[in-house]
Amino acid sequence: MEDAINIVKLHKSFGPLEVLKGINLNVQRGETVVILGASGSGKSTLLRCINFLEIPTAGRIYLKGKLIGTPVNNEPDGGLLQYRDKELQAVRTSVGMVFQHFNLFPHMTALQNVMEGQVTVLKRSKAEAAERGRNLLAKVGLAEKADEYPARLSGGQQQRVAIARALAMDPDVMLFDEVTSALDPELVGEVLRVMRALRDDGMTMVIVTHELGFAYHVADRVIFLNQGEIYEAGPPSEVLGRPQREKTIQFLNGHNQFRLP
Amino acid sequence: MNDLLRYVPVFAEGLWGTVRIAVVCLCASLPLGLIIGMGRYSRSWYWAIPTRVYVEVFRNTPVLVLIMWFFFAFPTIAPFDVDAYTAATLALTLNSSAFFAEVFRAGIQSIGRGQWDAARALGMSYRWQMQRVILPQAIKRMIPAITNRWIELFKLTSLASVIAYQDLIHTAKLISSAYFNPVQTFTIAALIYFAMIYPMVRMLYFIEAKLKRGD
Amino acid sequence: MNYVWEFSAIERYQHLLVEGLANTLQLTVLAYMLGLPIGIALALGRLSRHRIVSVVVGFVIDFFRCTPSLVQLFWFFFALPRIIGVRLSPFEASLICLTILSSAFVAEIFRGGIASIERGQWEGARALGMGYRQMMIRIILPQAVKRMIPVFLERAIELLKTSTIAAAISYPDLLFQANEISHRTYRPLEVFTTVALIFLLVVTIGSQLTRMLERRLARSGESTAH
Ligand SMILES: Nc1ncnc2c1ncn2[C@@H]1O[C@H](COP(=O)(O)OP(=O)(O)OP(=O)(O)O)[C@@H](O)[C@H]1O
Ligand SMILES: [Mg+2]
Repeated sequence: MEDAINIVKLHKSFGPLEVLKGINLNVQRGETVVILGASGSGKSTLLRCINFLEIPTAGRIYLKGKLIGTPVNNEPDGGLLQYRDKELQAVRTSVGMVFQHFNLFPHMTALQNVMEGQVTVLKRSKAEAAERGRNLLAKVGLAEKADEYPARLSGGQQQRVAIARALAMDPDVMLFDEVTSALDPELVGEVLRVMRALRDDGMTMVIVTHELGFAYHVADRVIFLNQGEIYEAGPPSEVLGRPQREKTIQFLNGHNQFRLP
Repeated sequence: MNDLLRYVPVFAEGLWGTVRIAVVCLCASLPLGLIIGMGRYSRSWYWAIPTRVYVEVFRNTPVLVLIMWFFFAFPTIAPFDVDAYTAATLALTLNSSAFFAEVFRAGIQSIGRGQWDAARALGMSYRWQMQRVILPQAIKRMIPAITNRWIELFKLTSLASVIAYQDLIHTAKLISSAYFNPVQTFTIAALIYFAMIYPMVRMLYFIEAKLKRGD
Repeated sequence: MNYVWEFSAIERYQHLLVEGLANTLQLTVLAYMLGLPIGIALALGRLSRHRIVSVVVGFVIDFFRCTPSLVQLFWFFFALPRIIGVRLSPFEASLICLTILSSAFVAEIFRGGIASIERGQWEGARALGMGYRQMMIRIILPQAVKRMIPVFLERAIELLKTSTIAAAISYPDLLFQANEISHRTYRPLEVFTTVALIFLLVVTIGSQLTRMLERRLARSGESTAH
């Protein structure tokens, strides 16, 4: 069976600034990959390239073995790709994303948030979307908050709604970009628990986080990103437990709250 | 086209009238606005209430009404002669100082409590807090609004022509009725205004974009 | 300084003042209603992804923004009839001029309202796979319109103030009537003061209403997310 994601020689620049410098990364189905790295190392950019919120400057991305984008004048591998809006919109429905600042729609209730993509993009009936929405809200522990507006929910609750909203599209892959960074410490746990449950259900996930304890216990693989390149990668027990290279060691020393059990 | 050249000196005179009144009103209304604006921010009622009334009255009365009032009504009680220039200058200055006052007040208010606290914690007096800490930050944020008001003021000076003040529009009106060529004269007048105001608007966009990128 | 105020002279002309105020309001309301669809069209044109359309529309808006309304009014009243060969009444010329102004207002309100929505909202919608139209209609506009409502009122008041220029081409609005009455009664101080107070009252009520609405909308929970 083909991988969920194949990333080949991915480059991304913003003007003169080269943020990603040739990333190669394969993610298997059902695998949970955690991306670590210092601020500005390109973690968010990498994640945002996977659902094409950022358009790669060069390189190829395959989802379920299918190349995204059409080669311009049939050039061989590595040539320019052309991306059509329709194709990217389809990609984004099959790749869910959860953001640091939730980005819930403030003019809709929790349930309406979860229904929105189902109705407008997937063209599900309202009744079907509502039923699925309620199930998902129950799954993230918010069944009784379905009719609240986001402003009346705590950060942790908002973030769980955001996860439900992404799951409602039945994505093949879920991307998480520092989803607990904006939360009060006591609210972090409830969100991480939801993510952990997702992993146990076999969801394919790529997670950017600074919660090293979570990474240690939940990740199948940890990637350490440094200045736009994959610097060290492997199972968490190795990258986090016995880091080999200088920058990784430095980074982990900076997170002294992290204790191996 | 050739006989349009004849009007160049006349238009120049009108243009001078426009620029003169705009600059005079700006120079008068900026400091006046600053004082009123700080008064608005004051906690003592004998500053806060009169300045509030000032702002509401002169901001909410249409400028043309103010101009007509000062030209037709004011002379009956004024102890001095009121010509078109005086009336228009008074009206425009009162009006734009009220707007500037609000700009200053909003600018000062936009600076968070923390800055006041920090300045106070250093033992600064109210005046020093304002002068050294609050105003320098506030003024930077106010620049777009001030520029915008200046553009507005420049356009509003055209209303002085209604009481026969010799500005660009009044000149255009005179020429067009003397030579029966309203199309040329009013088009030229509009283009002159555009040529003067467009650079200011571009500058405003530029400042806005720059401030947005900065802090 | 011993001027004796004498308002009784005006009382005889009350009906003119009422008529004038009605004319002022009529002109303002009509111009705003016409400006609404034009302004929305301009705003959409400016947001258009066709570069030529957005640049041209942007320039047209800028052109009108960069000339005083009075010069536009005189142009439409004195110059345009020469070109098209049809005389325009003061009302028609004023209506054209104020409609242009109000559509520029509306276009700017839309642009500002849409720009005020945080980037995260676009991203949240985009991440669900929505297209541009869907994002606009379902996510951005519902939030933006709410923020626009107080500004709409504010600009309506601005339009009312500007509508006084119609008096300069003898449209019988409130200001023009003041001038008339003042000629007939030789009481300019009383007449112009009265008219100034009427304007002040109408505008102040309008702007207080705007502020109330602003506060109400700010308080209603959903607009204060995260
Ligand atoms: N839209 C953009 N335009 C220009 N530069 C950008 C843009 N997005 C990101 N960058 C730059 O790219 C670099 C990498 O950004 P990125 O957000 O991927 O870092 P990160 O690893 O997620 O950092 P953090 O931990 O702070 O979130 C940074 O230097 C950033 O300034
Ligand atoms: Mg990031």
